Amino acid sequence: MTASNVSSAGPSVPSSSATGPNTKPMALGEIPLPAPVWSRLTRRLFGHRGLTIGLCLVALAVLIAIFAPLLAPHDPYFQDIANRMVPPIWHDKGTWEHVLGTDKLGRDYLSRLLYGTRISLTIGLIAALISGVIGTTLGVLAGYFGGRVDAVISYVITTRLAMPVVLVALALASLTGGSLVTVIVLLGLLLWDRFAVVSRSVTQQLRDAEYIYAARTLGCSRAYILVREILPNITGALIVVITLEMAHAILLEATLSFLGMGVQPPLPSWGLMVAEGKAYMFFQPWVIVIPGVALFLLVLAINLLGDGLRDLNAPGGRN
Amino acid sequence: MGIFILRRIIVALSVALTISIISFMLLHLSGDLAASIAGPEATVEQVEQIRVDYGLDRPIINQYLDWLGGALQFDFGRSYYYQSTVVDLIVDRMPITLTLGGLALAIAVCVSIPLGVVAAIRRDTWVDRLALLFAVVGQAMPSFWFGLTLIVVFAVTLQWLPAAGAGNWQNFVLPAIALGYYATPAMMRLTRTGMLEVLESDYIRTARAKGLRAGSVIFKHALRNAVIPVVALAAVELGFMLGGSVVIESVFSLNGLGQLAWDAISRNDYPVVQAVVLIIAMFYIVLTLLADIANAALDPRIRTR
Repeated sequence: MTASNVSSAGPSVPSSSATGPNTKPMALGEIPLPAPVWSRLTRRLFGHRGLTIGLCLVALAVLIAIFAPLLAPHDPYFQDIANRMVPPIWHDKGTWEHVLGTDKLGRDYLSRLLYGTRISLTIGLIAALISGVIGTTLGVLAGYFGGRVDAVISYVITTRLAMPVVLVALALASLTGGSLVTVIVLLGLLLWDRFAVVSRSVTQQLRDAEYIYAARTLGCSRAYILVREILPNITGALIVVITLEMAHAILLEATLSFLGMGVQPPLPSWGLMVAEGKAYMFFQPWVIVIPGVALFLLVLAINLLGDGLRDLNAPGGRN
Repeated sequence: MGIFILRRIIVALSVALTISIISFMLLHLSGDLAASIAGPEATVEQVEQIRVDYGLDRPIINQYLDWLGGALQFDFGRSYYYQSTVVDLIVDRMPITLTLGGLALAIAVCVSIPLGVVAAIRRDTWVDRLALLFAVVGQAMPSFWFGLTLIVVFAVTLQWLPAAGAGNWQNFVLPAIALGYYATPAMMRLTRTGMLEVLESDYIRTARAKGLRAGSVIFKHALRNAVIPVVALAAVELGFMLGGSVVIESVFSLNGLGQLAWDAISRNDYPVVQAVVLIIAMFYIVLTLLADIANAALDPRIRTR
């Protein structure tokens, strides 16, 4: 089998198959995207309503997180004891000074909410990346080598699935003294199961593909095949898992912080804001409604994005 | 079939053993237990005294083997905080968590399966979209926040149901809804997907061609096959819900296993934490084992895998 055969036997994704063993790797930027391809891409991206909504909301959240210092009207940590529990603007006693009101320490709720986006997104993203590296490594090895390697790794996955995540995370966060960094690391070390399951099954399907045979025949090393042939072809599936696990990590962080074992005060974590507002929720329900809605919208947006991407990957229909 | 079950049981047992090792090691290695128990103001001598008193100075392997030997006879030692054995505490609290989990599962099944069936039959209509919206919202809703919202709406504003406590059945309605909604989306989606697949199969076409009534086709022929994986998922979800009930129990002040674990965690009562983690894991393992066996009994193709 010749080198030209190798690249033509590649999968249908052009950017990843162009790098057959003997072809010089080509950066994406070097290939100008023809106009029809571009318009088809935008039509696919924006033709899916859920995906559009998810994409816009996530982009908005990212912008808020980046520009929080510019957008926030007040210092999120500044305590104005004279102005505690000011209701939001739609309330009779609301003021434009504090659009979403203030909390029990007189801190501006809108500013805390905006800064809270940073915490949720950072935790979601880094935890998903850590768990992605762990899970994908395990899954690809299990799927590619099969046999005994697969048996051992599958056993590890089964064991991890049987561990009660919330309880274990609570106990460990409490022992290590909950902080932003420990929460991120803990979630990253706990949430890799879906990455492993998905990358294992996708790799199993790829293992016997012709271009993998070709690479093996050409004498490519195992590491080369795993990193340059398998990995690029499972990224589509992995991106979907990344979004799901980001949402999962954000919800778990909020839960841990709500239970007092996650991010510690005075950081403006949304879960912590709900916990702090809990004592006031009977008479001023907005103290828990506002951070809860923010959390709900962010997780919803990330899930919609993930569902949409999955539909793009598998054009058969939404299921 | 016998060999299949035996193999599954062996795997389940070894997973349980591995989890006992991991939970024990994690707790003992991720921080200094003696220092945590002694508290921040303790002197070095006091910490050392506690280390000796609680047997934490012995090699960790010996500590584990002692603990495992006890655990195999349902002896998880004594609580550091309460004046009673860990087993008594757990037996005392277990019924509340099991009631909550059972009710939540019942709600999830009663909502998700009919909704999934209707969504599949009326595919791409407003009913289907509404069901999808219901699932998407459920997946994004933080369960603690949903619980608090239920309290504000139904216990405070409308005053239909109590907000906290575990006195009678009314106390379990709101927590069971909050916990059950968490399991509903996945089961609903699986029912819908399963029904769509089954409805397109040849034997359904045959049944329809025979002139059977639509209701008979859907309920007697299609649902029976589509529901098999949902039953398996329900077992797994029950395991997840028992583990996740710590959040709901905390919101509704229910004194179940989850609340026990949370209290134990905040009081550094490690024998209790270890026992609860292991017991919840055992529930999950047994439930998935039962689901596997039920699946294999209903679908012979699975056994050969």
